[in-house]
Amino acid sequence: MLRALTAAAAAAIAIVGVAFAAAEAEHPQDYPFSFDSPVGNYDMAAVQRGFQVYNQVCAACHAMEHLSYRHLGEEGGPFALYRVRDHETGEMTMQIGKPEHGGTFVDVVDNPYVRAIAEEAIISDIDPNSGQLTDRPGRISDRFRQPFPNEIAARASNGGAYPVDLSVITAARHGGADYIRSLLMGYSGEVNGTLYENRYFPGGWLAMPAPLGEGVVAYNDPEVPQTVEQYATDVAYFLQWASDPHMEERKRMGIVVLAFLVVLAGLMYLAYKQVWRGESH
Amino acid sequence: MSGLSTYEPKSGLTRWLDKRLPIIRLAHDSFVAYPTPRNLNYFWTFGAMLSLCLVVQIVTGIVLAMHYTPHVDHAFASVQRIDRDVPFGWLIQNIHSVGASMFFLAVYIHMFRGLYYGSYKAPREVLWILGCIIYLLMVVTGFLGYTLPWGQMSFWGATVITNILGAVPFVGESIQVWIRGGGSIDQPTLSRFFSLHYLLPFVIAGVVALHVWALHEAGQNNPAGVDVKSKADTVPFTPYATIKDLFAVILFVILFATFVFFMPNALGHADNYIPANPLQTPPEIVPEWYLLPFYAILRAFDFNIGPIDSKLAGVIGMFASIAVLFVLPWIDTSRVRSMRYRPIARQFFLIFVVACLILGWCGGQNPGLILAKPADFSATLTWVSGGEVRSEQFTAPSEGEYEEFAQAQRDRLAEQGATMTSITRENARTATITGVFGGTQSTETVTGATPDAMEEAITHAKEEVGSGAAFFSVERRSPYTFTVTTLSQIATFYYFFFFLVLLPLLGLREKPGRVPDTIAKPVLTEQGAA
Amino acid sequence: MAEPAANAHQGDDTTRRDFIFIAAGAASAVGVAATVWPFIDQMNPAADTRALSTTEVDLSAVVLGQQIKVMWQGKPVFVRHRTADEIGRAQRDDFATLKDPQSDAERLVQEDGAAGRPEWIVLQASCTHLGCVPTFVEGSSFGGWFCPCHGSDYDTSGRIRRGPAPANLPPAPYVYLNETSIRIG
Repeated sequence: MLRALTAAAAAAIAIVGVAFAAAEAEHPQDYPFSFDSPVGNYDMAAVQRGFQVYNQVCAACHAMEHLSYRHLGEEGGPFALYRVRDHETGEMTMQIGKPEHGGTFVDVVDNPYVRAIAEEAIISDIDPNSGQLTDRPGRISDRFRQPFPNEIAARASNGGAYPVDLSVITAARHGGADYIRSLLMGYSGEVNGTLYENRYFPGGWLAMPAPLGEGVVAYNDPEVPQTVEQYATDVAYFLQWASDPHMEERKRMGIVVLAFLVVLAGLMYLAYKQVWRGESH
Repeated sequence: MSGLSTYEPKSGLTRWLDKRLPIIRLAHDSFVAYPTPRNLNYFWTFGAMLSLCLVVQIVTGIVLAMHYTPHVDHAFASVQRIDRDVPFGWLIQNIHSVGASMFFLAVYIHMFRGLYYGSYKAPREVLWILGCIIYLLMVVTGFLGYTLPWGQMSFWGATVITNILGAVPFVGESIQVWIRGGGSIDQPTLSRFFSLHYLLPFVIAGVVALHVWALHEAGQNNPAGVDVKSKADTVPFTPYATIKDLFAVILFVILFATFVFFMPNALGHADNYIPANPLQTPPEIVPEWYLLPFYAILRAFDFNIGPIDSKLAGVIGMFASIAVLFVLPWIDTSRVRSMRYRPIARQFFLIFVVACLILGWCGGQNPGLILAKPADFSATLTWVSGGEVRSEQFTAPSEGEYEEFAQAQRDRLAEQGATMTSITRENARTATITGVFGGTQSTETVTGATPDAMEEAITHAKEEVGSGAAFFSVERRSPYTFTVTTLSQIATFYYFFFFLVLLPLLGLREKPGRVPDTIAKPVLTEQGAA
Repeated sequence: MAEPAANAHQGDDTTRRDFIFIAAGAASAVGVAATVWPFIDQMNPAADTRALSTTEVDLSAVVLGQQIKVMWQGKPVFVRHRTADEIGRAQRDDFATLKDPQSDAERLVQEDGAAGRPEWIVLQASCTHLGCVPTFVEGSSFGGWFCPCHGSDYDTSGRIRRGPAPANLPPAPYVYLNETSIRIG
């Protein structure tokens, strides 16, 4: 009886997964992202390239209103800066990305890379002296530049379709990063008026033309192919990071917490047995 | 409290305090010396887990309220800020949202335990009813809280649920507007939902105090369901129950932490990451998993019952499914508490658990989803190729006589040798009748797994024949289909059947197994045998 | 944790029992303590607050002998265009008896360490006593700022000269971007 109830409770949890798995479009391709496993981290090189793709391609239409430039350089961000001591020379060097061991995190305020990224963006702001709208170079505390001042302007520039905000897009879509990656690779080339056929999009036709093409973004690393597939994968990495920037910290902490709890459960069980020994129940 | 207090203050200070505020005595009598049946199993540890859940939800909730902005323009962004920028905000927010699910998971097991072991029966009726009140408050609090992130599911869930209130006859619409503070879910709704979501947990805490009080007055039930008769039946709460509760709570926290750290969104819905948009409804609106069974009952009523329309019937059904719990102590007629000694009732109870799980599953599905059908949908197409087509207009003498007159026209053409006829009605009295004379008649049957597939097959067949035929006659046949709605109707029926028919009848007719005289007796015999 | 009911097991068992209870208790205490920290830390400034923007000030708008108050990280900052008289007074008083000794030149140093210009002083506008915003009062005892709350007097360099405030008005970190503008922060 008890076992049956326990099984029933387990089944109740399993049901939830089933209940939300409705989709009409083709199922996204399952790509082995580095963050898939319970202990998997982000491939930060891919997240960096993905930011480049976003910045040079997607950002023309899609805002990410919940992200600021400083997020890129905070701990767990793709451009986080670390101060590392060289073992042999003892010299301090700066390095992007968390080193294997050691290294102290440099506050994002002192991160020249992020500052440079922010300054490249032209931000619309109120001039402090004239009170009029003016353009100025971005600061790290600025939100990512919004391509359109409001939704009406965004629709007007995109034939009535609204380019969605991408801040939490992988969390907001069934299939997450797999869906984003598949969607970007799923164009058949068929056009119907202002709609483009895409086999991964619910309904099959979407208003966004295929945004990526061979070589549209020039990567610094010559080893990395400049193909649609690579771009799609990288940008999926970046958007996943943007949706869940604390994932690495979360998983790291989770492992420690679970390990601690298992030990504690063991100790508690022994204590329980000890208390109850000699008492029948 | 049962029995006399055994607390003896040891120091001067505690003696002094005991005369003025016997709070240590109260704690000692309630949680230390309190006699606990010695045969309690792990199902009796869920009270401790629920206390933990309540504390966790209140503490994390207070923290979140420090950073959250209850404004339609800023609510979604403020939750994002909590997740991204507030120190440990992501952790606290995950704990709070996963915590709601954990709370309900624990409360359901706690309730099923009460059902199985007859913990609602005399003298624990008030204890049970207080528990039902706590559960109701939890449902309301959970619903209010789900609105606050102001995502698509928040907004449309709130819209749908407040619309349910509109089903109440006469005053429904007034209540609906009153709850929303306007014609639709908007800023006034969000403000009051936030305020109430903050308030209700403290109300729950108050009722929990009453619940515990009632528990300590009546004493704990136990798996044997027999009353405590002597000291041999019990052990002191501390350390015996305390340590067992602690161990079980840690196991529960392991499950909790697994969700918080490794799948924080697994129990939520992706659509709630899309900011609320009053102009667009998401393709499917489902409540959080813990409310799915009631959602299934709500949707199971797709038929009118006499003067009660289907919408109201669904609402009544949903509320009745909770209301029936309140009167349960009086509709279960069995004198035996624990189903351990009720062999027949136990089988029906198991089916009841399955029915509840089925309802939960149905609540998350598209109600029209076909689960089984004896045959495919099929249609017979009849058409004539070649032949001569003749049309003529006719006018019936009056609107009332139209049908009769049209049939007469068909008969007339058939008598003249028409292979097929078709009538296109133009207005109340006038129509055009077309007949095909001569030619060869063909038929074809097409099938499809769903009505849509069948329609597609029909269109396809028509295209193949093409312009060769003047027109087709199509006869569609739908097989009986077993849909999610059918399944939830069966499960809903069983839900009420179990409470309203089985429990009253079984109590009178069932021959229970041999119930032990005391708690200690079977325990000690088992011990002896082992 | 209370003792379990006494039973037949004694001696070595007692040590083992105590060890388990102490270990379980200690581990629980560690767990509770570790859990408390996030709930305390969450009240510290959030990342967006910490990374608040810098403020740029156009100096050409401030006429000689005037000051403006600008907001920097949610706090007011004085940017004062000092007259020759004020500068002279400030430099003379470098050698006066000061509660919080500091030379005027030290107080003008830019964030990057370069020397400032005497005609511009950039100060955080909260009294070091209890945080009120002092007022610049022409002809006050020390020619500078006066805090209306509890009567602290600051000189033309913002140094505390009289009253309950313990320290000078702290300079705000700033750098000259060009001849006529500075960036604070």
